[in-house]
Amino acid sequence: MALPHTDQLHRFSEIETIPLGNERNIANTPCIHCGSLCHTGMFALADKSFCCRGCLTVFEILTANGLTEFYTLSESAGVRVTTTAKDDHFKFLDEPAVRERLVDYSDARLTRVTFHIPSIHCIACVWLLENLFHLKPGIGQTQVNFPRKEVALSFDSTQVKLSEVVTLLASLGYEPELKLSALDSKPRSRVSRRLWIQLGLAGFAFGNIMLFSISDYLGLDAFAGPWFQRMVGAISFTLSLPVVIYSAADYWRAAWTSAWQRILNIDVPIAAGVAAIFLQSCYEVIAGIGNGYFDSLCGLIFFLLCGKLFQQKTYDRLAFDRDYKSFFPLSVTRRAGRAGSPLPAARDRQGDGAHGVTRPTTVDEEQVSLSQLDVGDRLIIRNGELIPADAKLVSGPALIDYSFVTGESEPVGKAADDYLYAGGRQMGGAIEVEMIKNVSQSYLTSLWNQDAFQKEKAELLNQITNNYSQRFTKLVIIVALGAAVFWTFVNPALALKAFASVLIVACPCALALAAPFALGTAQRVLARRNIFLKNPYVIETLAAVDSVVFDKTGTLTAAGAGSVTWVGVPAISLAPRFSPVSGGDIRGKPFQRLVGRAKEETVETVSNSRHTDNSRLKPGVNETDASNPSDLSESEERWLFSMTRHSMHPLPVRIGEAIKHNYFPEPVRSFLETPGCGMEGSVAGHEIWMGSAAWLESRGAWRAAVSAAACRSNEGSGTFDDGTQTDALGTGTGALQGSAVHVALDGKYRGSYLLTSALRPETERLVSGLNGRCEVALLSGDNEKERGRFVEMFEAEAQLNFNQSPLDKLTFIKHRQEAGKTVMMVGDGLNDAGALRQADVGVAVVENVSAFSPASDVIMAASMVTQIAEVLRYAKQSLRVVRTAFWISAAYNMVGVAIAASGKLSPVVCAILMPVSSVTVVAFACGAAAWFGRRAFKVEAQP
Amino acid sequence: MIVILLLIPLSIIIAVGFLTAFIWAVRSGQYEDTCTPSMRLLLEEKRHLDATAVAESEPSLPIQNVKEQ
Repeated sequence: MALPHTDQLHRFSEIETIPLGNERNIANTPCIHCGSLCHTGMFALADKSFCCRGCLTVFEILTANGLTEFYTLSESAGVRVTTTAKDDHFKFLDEPAVRERLVDYSDARLTRVTFHIPSIHCIACVWLLENLFHLKPGIGQTQVNFPRKEVALSFDSTQVKLSEVVTLLASLGYEPELKLSALDSKPRSRVSRRLWIQLGLAGFAFGNIMLFSISDYLGLDAFAGPWFQRMVGAISFTLSLPVVIYSAADYWRAAWTSAWQRILNIDVPIAAGVAAIFLQSCYEVIAGIGNGYFDSLCGLIFFLLCGKLFQQKTYDRLAFDRDYKSFFPLSVTRRAGRAGSPLPAARDRQGDGAHGVTRPTTVDEEQVSLSQLDVGDRLIIRNGELIPADAKLVSGPALIDYSFVTGESEPVGKAADDYLYAGGRQMGGAIEVEMIKNVSQSYLTSLWNQDAFQKEKAELLNQITNNYSQRFTKLVIIVALGAAVFWTFVNPALALKAFASVLIVACPCALALAAPFALGTAQRVLARRNIFLKNPYVIETLAAVDSVVFDKTGTLTAAGAGSVTWVGVPAISLAPRFSPVSGGDIRGKPFQRLVGRAKEETVETVSNSRHTDNSRLKPGVNETDASNPSDLSESEERWLFSMTRHSMHPLPVRIGEAIKHNYFPEPVRSFLETPGCGMEGSVAGHEIWMGSAAWLESRGAWRAAVSAAACRSNEGSGTFDDGTQTDALGTGTGALQGSAVHVALDGKYRGSYLLTSALRPETERLVSGLNGRCEVALLSGDNEKERGRFVEMFEAEAQLNFNQSPLDKLTFIKHRQEAGKTVMMVGDGLNDAGALRQADVGVAVVENVSAFSPASDVIMAASMVTQIAEVLRYAKQSLRVVRTAFWISAAYNMVGVAIAASGKLSPVVCAILMPVSSVTVVAFACGAAAWFGRRAFKVEAQP
Repeated sequence: MIVILLLIPLSIIIAVGFLTAFIWAVRSGQYEDTCTPSMRLLLEEKRHLDATAVAESEPSLPIQNVKEQ
């Protein structure tokens, strides 16, 4: 790491290690840097404690550079540094091809680049990033765009390299998002700037013309003489000219296009109205009759543009049009020589500093960008990295998490020569793979060659307004012509004026404003609840939805958040046990039971909060435990906890999370993990085996207890290595399914940890809320092991499809649409991308709103999934608000048209009627939409 | 009443001045991000104090407004 104060990094050896006796004090101290609780308590500097080495490093860097103010700006401001990137991790950024496409501007000296940094979250981040120049000479000004989470920085390319800048950012915890899509050109629209100027111009003209026209309104012209009136007319004309030409330009263009396509949308009557007002006013000014309606004209355009600005609210930090390129990294590690020796099984656990941070860099590895990869290349995929293309496993124990690609909830183990699909994430040690297909032609990415991605989704923008405006326009033209014909016979002098007046008054300003403001408000209401719509008109489609299709993994079940339950066996001879004094009253709380009474109070809150979600769903678990006297003692549990900390496998990691309490890990000796079997090691002199049943059995630890276990839980052979085989624990209330990790202590089988993937709380309420109102279906890429759980929940005729490929999902949606349904797809992974795109409304569910989500119409925080029924109801209510607003505007128009048709329209009447009608409609639309919003989501605020 | 001939052009000139200022503000990107500057405002003062402490490492590059080309 080439930081200015590199010596800071070598001081880890001097870190005071807190003696073991103090562990409890440390355990509850928040990290000074990032605020997460310091469970390990290993890192401390003076009186400050840190959760990990990364946080400590950042603290030291900032202190050494006089940037300690960072910590005064907001509480626990820092970002936890989770990646410990190697120095050359970002080397590929200096390749001209990559660099050229990333930077915004570059000359001999100055380079400017904009990064998207998802971890920006508070004022201190802004401060630190804008003071980045203190940390490294050569870095110039940095400017943060907080809502977009972007940093624009300039640096002297003769002093620092791009890769060094990124390394610096990453070392502080602000690793820029460097994804494949960044290499494509970034189109930055200037639409919003243009709209602001149009709006400013219209407002300027509107206000000034009104000021000059006051004399006209009040009839003061007579005192000033005719020259004054002419002057005001000329000024008004001059001021409104740029408004008509520039501010209203979009309406002219839209009206022209739709007239050309013979579609009567809202733009046509608007353009006709504007033209009528302008021409009539010009005629009046030139003929010297009056000052015309320039004030109303500019006001009209001003209000229309306001509506446009309101509906253009976008959520900058969200992207609704991402494809796989945003998911794949920019670069991978390639082996320089095609046929190299297999990798040494290098394992490291990142983040907590339990193991060595730096790994020796082998000479024959290089970082290359994905575009340079070719079939036959050997790639090295490390823990947590993605496989960028379909490939064959060459060496290393592969454990691939396909949850994002296929929806399978648990990782699968692979052996050498197995086929690996692109998009899988390696868990555990580094593996070496050989590419079989190119990045764009792999199993997953070829989904993007489907029809659904080829054609643009039919934009059903503003359908409701256009439906009404068609009827409206026809009516207005009839009334205008009728008035003209009538006055031709009665008083020909008034005929033209009446015709123009009707068009002026009936200009559907209020009509055009109703939908943008009502739907725009609804969009904001939903956004406040972490449901983000691509644009306000998605609500129209939402209101029409009559078929809801769910994905399972990550959507209905929360990823990685399930219950972990200890199921013990009444062993014949037990190791020292925790005395069951309080066993009776705290029965049914599996973890609390295991904890010493001294700690009971603190732990109670922890274990309760952990179990609120799960206990409601699985009443059966607790009963099982109640009948089971064989607990683990506190120290035994601590040994197991120490073991789990050494594994990267998701099951032990989850167990470790569940049982960590305030434990301080003990050293584990002779630790050995056998992929597909389990792990062994010795803690405090006790031999511990954790793994699959078959593995334990092969070591003789299983047989003794198998009969006891079988009589209570008709147990299958749960495996440790993958989730394809599962335990079925028959309980009184229904099948509970999941994976199990079996435990043997000193060669004696003690029981197993049972892990289930948890349904989101209230899923049942969600499905029953939708049942009957619309068709509900479930599509899952996972296997059928959990079918039973869903059959009960869904209606009898609901379709529950398992083992669905991404293409199957897309086809399913298409069939529903062909059956005449408006389909809403709720999914999360790349495997749902096709279905999300095909569906009328694609809803992407994300745990973290700024994280990756596939292309969709709606991005929804995972916690809101259970409120989909409410969202649908609210969409319907919002449309009702729009319709009511239409009627209000129609009432105004009727009054106006009546005056106009009688030929008595004066600029004053027009100048009053027009803004009043607009303002009432806007106020009603916003107010009603917000009111419904508050009511719709208040009802279910209490669970 | 004749004074109005002077006042009206004057008022228009002033108004156009404000309009120009507005257009300049939009074009220079001030309406792109209306959130971060409000945060920066709170930091400004302290930054000066800090800058004296680390005066020698002031940015050596020209401070430019970051905008699209």
